[in-house]
Amino acid sequence: MDSIANFFIQNYQMVTIVILSIFLGIEVISRVPSVLHTPLMSGANAIHGVVVIGAIIVMGSAPEDDYLALGLGFLAVVLGTLNVVGGFVVTDRMLEMFNKKKKR
Amino acid sequence: MDQIQEILNQYSILLFCYLIGSVTFIIGLKQLSHPDTARKGNLFAAAGMTIAIIATIFLYRNNHGEKLHNYLWILGGLVIGSIVGTLTAKKVQMTAMPEMVSLFNGMGGACAMLISLVEYHNDVTPPTGKLLVIVLGMIIGTISFAGSVIAWGKLNGRIKDKTIPGGQIINFIIFAAIIVFAVMVIGGFMDDGVTPYLFYSILALAAVYGILFVMPIGGADMPVVISLLNSFTGCAAAFGGFLYNNPVMLTGGILVGSAGTILTILMCKAMNRSLKNVLIGSFGGQKAGASTASKEQGSYKEISLSDTAVLMAYAQKVMIIPGYGLAVAQAQHACHELEKILEDKGVTVVYGIHPVAGRMPGHMNVLLAEADVSYDKLLEMEDANEQMSGTTVAMVLGANDVVNPAAKDDPASPIYGMPILEVEKAEHVIVNKRSMKPGYAGIENELFFKPKTSMLFGDAKKVLQDLAGELKQL
Repeated sequence: MDSIANFFIQNYQMVTIVILSIFLGIEVISRVPSVLHTPLMSGANAIHGVVVIGAIIVMGSAPEDDYLALGLGFLAVVLGTLNVVGGFVVTDRMLEMFNKKKKR
Repeated sequence: MDQIQEILNQYSILLFCYLIGSVTFIIGLKQLSHPDTARKGNLFAAAGMTIAIIATIFLYRNNHGEKLHNYLWILGGLVIGSIVGTLTAKKVQMTAMPEMVSLFNGMGGACAMLISLVEYHNDVTPPTGKLLVIVLGMIIGTISFAGSVIAWGKLNGRIKDKTIPGGQIINFIIFAAIIVFAVMVIGGFMDDGVTPYLFYSILALAAVYGILFVMPIGGADMPVVISLLNSFTGCAAAFGGFLYNNPVMLTGGILVGSAGTILTILMCKAMNRSLKNVLIGSFGGQKAGASTASKEQGSYKEISLSDTAVLMAYAQKVMIIPGYGLAVAQAQHACHELEKILEDKGVTVVYGIHPVAGRMPGHMNVLLAEADVSYDKLLEMEDANEQMSGTTVAMVLGANDVVNPAAKDDPASPIYGMPILEVEKAEHVIVNKRSMKPGYAGIENELFFKPKTSMLFGDAKKVLQDLAGELKQL
């Protein structure tokens, strides 16, 4: 248990960020019209693709002869990138249709 | 000394890039929730993400001050992911959007899962906070991955709804087992020989849990589930942030986690459902069955295509009420065609859009926008209901529950209290459906048996095209 306590002390700032981010996330989208629910979900989906940064770190730290780590890391980078790129492109496509109509 | 300063300088640039990333995510989400700025917000967040990723590749150093290597592998992965991601996202049909989002969400979950697997494989000795983060990240990532894939399969019809008897209890047992195993692994209570097996059992159990969790949930509730899984993946990403002490992963993940949870609740509210009901999947279950059985149903009348055409051609105003039937039949373009023909004949055509028509909020707006239907023809529910009494023909295209009067009149109905489009106020009601089968909520619709209502059976696209043909001949 000691190490978990130490972990908390070391990561106190991170914990603060977490708590504040939770409130921020709630605050930021609390008044979204229902028409935008789907694009917003899709956009948020792309944002959590930020996990790809972890995949890049794993990949870039893997020893060159550790093929298991390399293979899994590579797969993680591919999937994470799919999440980011696919997510943003799909969201943009949805929103493009809203915008096009509004201008006319 | 210079070298250390150099490393510090680079580190500060990296942190600054991460700060930019975090800020763009916040602004992006904020802008995404307003119609006018939504698209800009999305691009903004994408730009911030790109900066954070590039900075990581070139500036990241581990605790020993070493830079990343295996650049070829990293770039290869990024390029493959970008190409495949762009192509699939560009190619996907507008009607298939929800399942696409689900699939991408699953990829993110899988990514978090793989990170945890590799980090565990890189030797972690319990008990440490690091192990805690790895295990939690893996559990949530795996549940999200497995659940999203099932949701994807359900939405495109590959996987049918299945209620497993005693599913709730099985799920609970699996969940409890995951927690017990996780505590044993993290606390290091077991032999070093046994712990890895436990670790991989957690992986397997989490996957099973993800599958069983989504399996009994009905297709109509899928968007809510996807939104929930979306926030799960956000949390998994945040655990990655803890693992690497990485602020941008942390803020991005947590923001999505909390915003996603709120969005899930908002979606439930728009559909007048509680999250608990969605998760238990009781909609259309026993309760609905009982109320159907007790109702005495009258007879309905059918109307022919040519009669419909005549009725519409001489109408003052036609209101089209689209639903999921229109989406599955891909009939949005045919619908726009019909609208143009009618307008040429001097008939006013508007669309009455229920906020949750289709399979996800805003589904109909996106679909009709794709078919070039003018934005100001799309009436929100309140406006549509106001104009309903001046409407000659209300044409219901593959919608069901959103026009069910039981939501207003029948307190026993599972959808009681949901706001509906009050089509009965129109002079004539024509309902296009494929059959008399009830809609997703699994309840009968009294509307079909009202004297005002005529049924026009058939696939929405085919019916609309034939109708357009008939109208041209008039």
